[in-house]
Amino acid sequence: MRRYLRTNAVRLAALYFALFAASVSTLLVFIYFSTADFAQRQTEATLDAESRGLAEQYQERGLAGLIEIVADRSVQHEGTERTLYLITDPLLHRLAGNLNAWPAATPIRPGWIKFPVEEHSGTQTEEHEALASVFVLPGGYRLLVGRDLRDAAAFRARIMHTLAWAALLTLALGIIGGVLMTGHMLRRIEAVNRTSERIIHGDLSQRVPVSGSGDEFDQLAQNLNAMLDKIERLMLAMRQVTDNIAHDLRTPLSRLRARLEVTLLEKPDAGRYGEALRDTIAEADRLLVTFNALLSIAEAEAGSRREAWSVVDLAEIARTVAELYEPVADENGLRLAVETDARVPVRGDRHLLSQAIANLLDNALKYTPAGMVALRAFARPDGARVEVADTGPGIPSDRREAVFDRFVRLEGSRSTPGNGLGLSLVRAVAKLHGGACWLEDNEPGLRAVMTLPLVAAEAPVRLPDRSPATA
Amino acid sequence: MKVLVIEDDREAAAYVVKGLGESGYVVDHAAEGRDGLFMATDGSYDALVVDRMLPGMDGLAVIAALRAAEVKTPALILSALGAVDDRVKGLRAGGDDYLVKPFAFAELLARLEALMRRSGGTQPTTKLGVGDLEMDLLTRRVRRAGHDIELLPREFRLLEFMMRRAGQVVTRTMLLENVWDYHFDPQTNVIDVHVSRLRQKIDKGFEQPLLHTVRGAGYRLAAE
Repeated sequence: MRRYLRTNAVRLAALYFALFAASVSTLLVFIYFSTADFAQRQTEATLDAESRGLAEQYQERGLAGLIEIVADRSVQHEGTERTLYLITDPLLHRLAGNLNAWPAATPIRPGWIKFPVEEHSGTQTEEHEALASVFVLPGGYRLLVGRDLRDAAAFRARIMHTLAWAALLTLALGIIGGVLMTGHMLRRIEAVNRTSERIIHGDLSQRVPVSGSGDEFDQLAQNLNAMLDKIERLMLAMRQVTDNIAHDLRTPLSRLRARLEVTLLEKPDAGRYGEALRDTIAEADRLLVTFNALLSIAEAEAGSRREAWSVVDLAEIARTVAELYEPVADENGLRLAVETDARVPVRGDRHLLSQAIANLLDNALKYTPAGMVALRAFARPDGARVEVADTGPGIPSDRREAVFDRFVRLEGSRSTPGNGLGLSLVRAVAKLHGGACWLEDNEPGLRAVMTLPLVAAEAPVRLPDRSPATA
Repeated sequence: MKVLVIEDDREAAAYVVKGLGESGYVVDHAAEGRDGLFMATDGSYDALVVDRMLPGMDGLAVIAALRAAEVKTPALILSALGAVDDRVKGLRAGGDDYLVKPFAFAELLARLEALMRRSGGTQPTTKLGVGDLEMDLLTRRVRRAGHDIELLPREFRLLEFMMRRAGQVVTRTMLLENVWDYHFDPQTNVIDVHVSRLRQKIDKGFEQPLLHTVRGAGYRLAAE
């Protein structure tokens, strides 16, 4: 991992440097050419002006006048910024000018020419390049107006020199910048890696350091930390669920085992064995029901599958559950009253909400010997509210919380079928949906209340997945 | 009737194979998804019982592959995953019914029989009849021996479900799933109360009962 990062960092730095070098070189080459070009063009412009001046003189004063002026100017321009003049006859014999002879090996056609000139300063003789314009005058006379390019060459050399230094400097800066930049990135990535490694080794409480600058690395760190928080929460919930299930199933499993062992201790008898087996199957079935109930509670408590939620109508759910239980109430000689608002939209899982209301109704019908049970579903400003009120014996106020715990069944209710998990599920479902569930005194009887957050009335209510009719 | 059981758990497979054999089916068994797919591909079976988690090839993949090859043998998925989403996934893969493990054998048998009958003919019908009991699906009227029977909407659906499976056992879970779309066990046996109400309406006053209780399994609507 480290090695990979190292090479990656080197590659990144190299890439950065290469890009930097390429752009700087392009820039410098451009500067060089535009500057050098400018110097040359300026020389040409000067020569053009000079030639135009001489041409005017020639028109006014003829060849003799031109020769005179050239001779005159040749003397004036004996200096560093030398302008070169030469007038020759058709046989290239010098008539006037500060060049001794027509430059060797240069064409005699009109136009621009370049040729070497020598300059004598004291004992030294220097040779530089010169640029000149050649004209052919009537009668075959030739005029050369030129300029020593020594200064231009010096200027160009100077630019070259400066640019070379600039290139060196910027490249050096580029290397330093690249190293610093990748080093900075590398350090932050390594911080993430170190944290990850520690988490892999089991310390889930580790978090990626956040520098506080709010840049992309900080966002990455924050997202990673949020993800770790969520994973830690889920793992904790999962552990709690497995612990609870293990604890909750141990008792009935022990009972099952004990019963089988007792049967085995008795005298072998086919009839009794058959009976014991049937009992065991019945017990196993009850265990499975308990197990399924525990699993539903665990799932609701873990809060998974929330993605599949949709907006459902709690009033419709309540009415459907009431319809399922109405014959049961009738059979038990109870009146089941259903009062709901037209629509009570909540966001949630239709199946879990159905099961929760079914559990409340089941309890009320089971523990009410006579009278009535009322199921209500309202949309109140502070939320959706489902109530199941009965006229039964009720539960003493100091026991109303305890019955929500798993497997808690009150004295006197143990003879009725049930596993003591119904209310646990209702509370888990209510909490999962961001609501609450509690018991109240119905005077007389008991009232179970479940509240859920309401969704905005405009939200569309999703119809049940499929109409459960024909198949 | 030939049934192929694709199930890797030896004990569970033996239980299903033995039970189906005793119920009069010719049963083949494959312990692996790929073998099962190979055996089922020729389409000579009347029904498939496919475990969801199989070595080699997942049960849902087997069914999906069969459906892609236009093999329409009805398939019952067995699975330890019982959440509603798992069920939906199973049916989407091409399964025809979904049974959560562990299950009572009677439940498996009832569902398998329902699947095989269903695949026989699925012409849209407007009238159902069992003995002298008639149901008109268009006018939503039910008559027995010429007398009108008034049913609540849910009772109508309950009766319709049973009439479509006349002669077959329907379990309480099947009714709860198909008539109410509930996938949980109500603690009180509410289905029994609904069925006994329905029985009051269709059998009371008639000599021959149509709605029978099948001990340890469920109910059966038949004129016998």
